[in-house]
Amino acid sequence: MNASSAAVSPQEVVETLAFFDDWEDRYRYIIDLGRELPAMPEAHKREDLLVRGCQSQAWLDWREEGGRIVFEADSDALIVRGLIALILAAYDRRTPREILDFDIDDYFARLDLLRHISPTRGNGLRAMVQRIRDIARSLAMA
Amino acid sequence: MSARFDAERLRGVFPLLAQEINGKPLVYLDNAATTQKPDRVIDAVARYYRTINSNVHRGAHTLSDHATGAFEDARDAVRAFINAPSREQVIWTRGTTESINLVAHSFARGRLGAGDRILVSGMAHHSNIVPWQLAAQATGASVVPIPVTDDARLDLDAFRALLDARVRLVALEHVSNAMGTIHPVAEIIAAAHAAGVPVLLDGAQSVGHLPVDVQALDVDFYAFSGHKMFAPTGIGVLYGKRAWLEAMTPYQGGGEMIETVGFDHTTYARLPYRFEAGTPHIAGAIGMAAAIDWLGGIDREAAARHEDALLAHALELARELPGFRLLGRAPQKVAVLSFVIDGAHPQDVGTLLDQQGVAVRSGHHCAQPVMSRFGVPGTVRASFSLYNTHAEVERLFAALHKARSFL
Ligand SMILES: Cc1ncc(COP(=O)(O)O)c(C=O)c1O
Repeated sequence: MNASSAAVSPQEVVETLAFFDDWEDRYRYIIDLGRELPAMPEAHKREDLLVRGCQSQAWLDWREEGGRIVFEADSDALIVRGLIALILAAYDRRTPREILDFDIDDYFARLDLLRHISPTRGNGLRAMVQRIRDIARSLAMA
Repeated sequence: MSARFDAERLRGVFPLLAQEINGKPLVYLDNAATTQKPDRVIDAVARYYRTINSNVHRGAHTLSDHATGAFEDARDAVRAFINAPSREQVIWTRGTTESINLVAHSFARGRLGAGDRILVSGMAHHSNIVPWQLAAQATGASVVPIPVTDDARLDLDAFRALLDARVRLVALEHVSNAMGTIHPVAEIIAAAHAAGVPVLLDGAQSVGHLPVDVQALDVDFYAFSGHKMFAPTGIGVLYGKRAWLEAMTPYQGGGEMIETVGFDHTTYARLPYRFEAGTPHIAGAIGMAAAIDWLGGIDREAAARHEDALLAHALELARELPGFRLLGRAPQKVAVLSFVIDGAHPQDVGTLLDQQGVAVRSGHHCAQPVMSRFGVPGTVRASFSLYNTHAEVERLFAALHKARSFL
């Protein structure tokens, strides 16, 4: 397996974040995840892959590999990259069915992030989750 | 010599400022987006709903008389606040955006034709760009930006060169929200008038900082929002010269704006009601009057000096912040610190400041063209008001140093 974000599991993410009791450690962890997320080549950041946030931009691409969806995503903001890594921990290299069955709201709630990092804060995370689920749905139906 | 301006005491009447955010005392530095409200304003709005709420200009009952009286008194308060020659020239709107749309629709469209031009500030807020684009699209005219200099001023030589026979209107902000620049509006208006061109000023960012005298400015239209000058959201004003207002067609149709209605003929109400279709934001207007009343008790020159001192203090602390790059270095500016930190995305900086209780804005500030002009996707903007303190400037920079250590 290559060094993709799927290297961390959602369970690990939840446990790690639960372990920290102050915002600084949580954010340092999220930022580290952001730094580890493989960068998309600039030429790859096409307009049609853009997921618009209010204050930052994010891109999402995907391909199918043996019945699983491999995602590639990036953002110009580091914290958003970290949040993307959190999302990809749940979604990357899963089957369309697994993606659709995954309870993302519960995941966010368990991350206890909603308090600090609300998906409505214009960071485009909701839109990215939506796009991932749409992709999974279109493949699940095919 | 005036005594030191007592922001600490002034804050006491802003209940919102006393709270904690993310476990830290709030440092509110997003005043260019909206200012907080003093007790005087909050109480006036509550008192209106508790005691005299009823529709204006309609009811044959006492409460309606009280509400109408308070609503119209508020118009008088605004008239005096901007020194308009008459109350008929003070039109209530939802805010700056609606005021500009009103002028674009009822004034500009009828005067524009193919090949005509509207000159618009190169650092305008989107609400002072898009309404003109809509009017231009409908008429074959075009919207031409006034170029911006490296230190975030409007290039006046370029402006004069653009001011030719094709220009029908000049629209610019009195004070820039993205950069803080105070434009030399008197000079710009005089030049435009010499060429026979009327001028609209977007006063959204000026009313909370500077005294405004529409007659001294000789401005044709002045638009502003209550919520950026300590008044409620949802209320704003359009001031216009009488001759223009009288020649303008209505903007929206409905109740309040008519004299008589028949299916074959409708006559419109006189000024200002012709432009105030529907039930207005009565509580908002009353809140606006309360804000003006509150401002009237403040030494505004001392307040402006205090804000300048906050900005100077911030700039001094900025020298010790590695990678800090200020945008908007105009010599005449309000206390707006629009900046980037090299290698850090403005949104990341904003998020990390928020965790420390410091509220700033990050992003393009609804002024994308000027962001492109300076080659940045956005900035972090700390915008100060008269209730901010030097201790808060220090909190901002301590928070920035910490944010930087993360990024
Ligand atoms: C310069 C400027 N113009 C216009 C506006 C729009 O004001 P409002 O949203 O109150 O209509 C703003 C507010 O952000 C502004 O700063």
